[in-house]
Amino acid sequence: MSTLPVLKAADFASDQDIRWCPGCGDYSILAQVKKILPETGLRLENMVFVSGIGCSSRFPYYMNTYGIHSIHGRATAVATGVKTARPDLAVWIVTGDGDGLSIGGNHMMHLIRRNLDVVVLLFNNRIYGLTKGQYSPTSELGKKTKSTPYGSVDNPIHPISFALGAESTFVARTMDTNVKHLCDVLKRAHEHKGTSFVEIYQNCNVFNDGAFEYASDKDTKADTTLMLEHGKPLIFGKNREKGIRMNGVTPEVVQLGGDIKEDDLIFHDERAPDSGLAFALSRMHHPHFPEPMGIFRAVEAPIFEKEVQRQVDTGLAKGRGTLEKLFNEGDTWTVN
Amino acid sequence: MSTITAPVRPIEEMEEIAVRFAGDSGDGVQLAGTQFTTSSAIFGNDISTFPDFPAEIRAPAGSLAGVSGFQINFSSHDIHTPGDAVSALVALNPAALKTNFRDVREGGIIIVNEDSFDKGRLKQAGYETNPLEDGSLSKYQLYKVPISKLTREAVKEMDIGSKQADKSRNFFALGLVYWLYGRDMEPTTKWIKEKFASKDPSVAEANIRVLKAGYFFGETCEFFPVRYHVGKAKLTPGRYRKIGGNEATALGLVAAAHQAGRDLFYASYPITPASDVLHALSRRKNFGVKTFQAEDEIAAMASAVGAAYTGVIAVTGTSGPGLALKAEAIGLAVMTELPVVIVNVQRGGPSTGLPTKTEQADLMQAMYGRNGECPLCVLAACSPGDCFYMAVEAVRLATRFMTPVILLTDGYIGNGEEPWAIPDPKSLPKIEISNAQPREGHDFMPYERNHELARPWAIPGTPTLQHRVGGLEKQDITGNVSYDPDNHERMIRLRAKKIAGIASAIPELEVMGPSSGDLLVLGWGGTYGAIKSAVQRAQKRGQSVAHAHLKYLNPMPKNTADVLRKYKKVLIPELNMGQLRFIIRSEFLIDAIGYNKIKGKPFLISELELKINEVLQGGAQ
Repeated sequence: MSTLPVLKAADFASDQDIRWCPGCGDYSILAQVKKILPETGLRLENMVFVSGIGCSSRFPYYMNTYGIHSIHGRATAVATGVKTARPDLAVWIVTGDGDGLSIGGNHMMHLIRRNLDVVVLLFNNRIYGLTKGQYSPTSELGKKTKSTPYGSVDNPIHPISFALGAESTFVARTMDTNVKHLCDVLKRAHEHKGTSFVEIYQNCNVFNDGAFEYASDKDTKADTTLMLEHGKPLIFGKNREKGIRMNGVTPEVVQLGGDIKEDDLIFHDERAPDSGLAFALSRMHHPHFPEPMGIFRAVEAPIFEKEVQRQVDTGLAKGRGTLEKLFNEGDTWTVN
Repeated sequence: MSTITAPVRPIEEMEEIAVRFAGDSGDGVQLAGTQFTTSSAIFGNDISTFPDFPAEIRAPAGSLAGVSGFQINFSSHDIHTPGDAVSALVALNPAALKTNFRDVREGGIIIVNEDSFDKGRLKQAGYETNPLEDGSLSKYQLYKVPISKLTREAVKEMDIGSKQADKSRNFFALGLVYWLYGRDMEPTTKWIKEKFASKDPSVAEANIRVLKAGYFFGETCEFFPVRYHVGKAKLTPGRYRKIGGNEATALGLVAAAHQAGRDLFYASYPITPASDVLHALSRRKNFGVKTFQAEDEIAAMASAVGAAYTGVIAVTGTSGPGLALKAEAIGLAVMTELPVVIVNVQRGGPSTGLPTKTEQADLMQAMYGRNGECPLCVLAACSPGDCFYMAVEAVRLATRFMTPVILLTDGYIGNGEEPWAIPDPKSLPKIEISNAQPREGHDFMPYERNHELARPWAIPGTPTLQHRVGGLEKQDITGNVSYDPDNHERMIRLRAKKIAGIASAIPELEVMGPSSGDLLVLGWGGTYGAIKSAVQRAQKRGQSVAHAHLKYLNPMPKNTADVLRKYKKVLIPELNMGQLRFIIRSEFLIDAIGYNKIKGKPFLISELELKINEVLQGGAQ
């Protein structure tokens, strides 16, 4: 058997011109995905990228893998068909806050709860970009957009809380500009067996520029974000002088030093069987809290398509059915 | 048991008898009807059934809304419908009597459960006086049987409560009717044993006792002056079973996937009256069938598109409202040119409409119900057994032409049953699929078409054939996204031409009767049986009438226009406002006459005969 050639990032690029706006956060995400894929050992022909509609959903056209640019909100449903029919394929879903949580919110919930072994990259830019600037389900209250000239009165949804509520087995948050962190999270998402839900803060420099500046700006990010590490206490701040402690059932920000020691803080446990801690972390929002980045939860659970396949294999193990037998089931009679 | 010499009753020979069981939706009348069907089929009669039930699972007991019915027509000759007029009605309560007695032919038999005609239930059914006593049923042979009491009597030695005993009432009625028509109880006792013996042997025992009690009641009581006999039908020699349309659809899909050498993926969201297809397929793991109960209709269709992309036989099933929800994703299948079969078991609409009643009003939706110029192949099955063959056809055409195919059936043929000549698997068409393979020195072009305009089906896992499909307009040949105006028009025309070209791969339209004449009755779908019978009767009367039935609606058989033009008049009976007639008029400029019934019920043969007479006499416009 000949050895397969080692793939490089460039091998994953299709011949299509990329049509995102110059300066869009999507470029970075595309570059990091192409960068980590050679390390995964996945073959081009065994991967399917599935997307819905929106700027992020053009993603499959730029990958030299198999791909489906489907219809608005249905990437998760299309991907469910791909993965259930062919569990041998690696399926990555690319969606956005509008595609994945508004029009496609229902399918997203069901994909996650079924725990298909797929990766979901949810580009969250808190705006509708492709339709030129309406508020999205993750836009903040009061946001003035083309469709909300007097400010949005639409209470936003928080993707991580949503995913956890849908029984997600792997939930993570990362950011387009933090290239190393993005790569690390993508690799973990690939390694996880089950639905890996990754929220990626992504800047839309045309319609919602600077939405996540607080989390990317060199001067502020140490105070506005918190890097989650399994087994480590929740510490943040320029001088790692602040931490998160549980006050009853709610997290609170505390200053380290004095009476408060590291041991008093919450220790992150991404493998906790109960998603309560992860959910509490998902409720920490800017500006009241630093926003956690990294893996909120990573637990093992039965995988939908494997269970489907197992039932089929059990049925086939008793011998594949014949049409002769199938047609003659039940009461039959002969007319002479 | 004491031995009684049963009085010998004369036996009257009949050609065809329609029996209807009616009662509360929890009374087990569907079960009684199904058992009677099986016994009659095994005996060798031709059969046709019509289960008719309310949308409510258990409407209040005794209410008019909760009445469930099951009609079976059995005969010693070829029949195609459940029968126009009922020969014998078994009504288990006043509401069942009230909603059904009008369908009994004059002089026909009505058997009622006398015990249920109390003040409360009479009032609930809206009876001011007791119809069993006020003479309102004098046109019929009325038999008042204390079914509840006799059922309890039959099991009184057993240690079961009266509530459990009452559940067996349907078997008493069934036993009685078995005696009346000389049916063998054996298939039913066998079925009862298989069904209940492992769960609760006492229930099996009780049901068998009650069944026999009903039978012996008929035999020993001098209630009925005559018994009836319907001889075996002269069916084409061969091996038979009974089959319902939904089951036949499921078998057809399994068979088609088998013939194609591919696994079957069936995605569906529960909906009346299509859920039985999902139920049937979910049992077929030993054929490699994967079923997916999706979160909604949209996901069912979208997942079928995803599955089709990977190379399996992808199918979704639904009924009218579900087809509406699937429309956008069907458009995606048209644009990506992937083979997906969409089964639509039609029901009464619009909106939620009449979920458990039949209608043919989704033809327009199947043909045109999508955004943009979005042609696809539309087929329609014409009888329960035909669902099998049309399901195979749907898969054959979808994979050969790389297109979604909508297969229309309806609640009437989906739930109805008939004898089915078991096909020889070797006689089924082989479904040849050749997926694209890598070619040295050749860049793969996903939209490079073959001579029939089908694009190649390259499946993930195949090295070097990676390609992207999607809903955006495709550039001819390369499949890349294209906004070029000329390319768009070319692609629109190519997609339309491909579908039109399917006409070369389907059989011609056949005519039953004279190849030209005064009148052609043109039908489609589940009205086949009624139209055929009505036309046969007209022909026997010497009228110049023929019948043609469209099973391929898009494209239509090549000779359709030629056939239609050979008759002075064309009559199109439909269970809608005239959807096929609209298409025929616009396609062929033929001034077809419509006959339209929109009552949630199938055609009666007699009403079609009347219409044929009217048209031939020049009365109809």
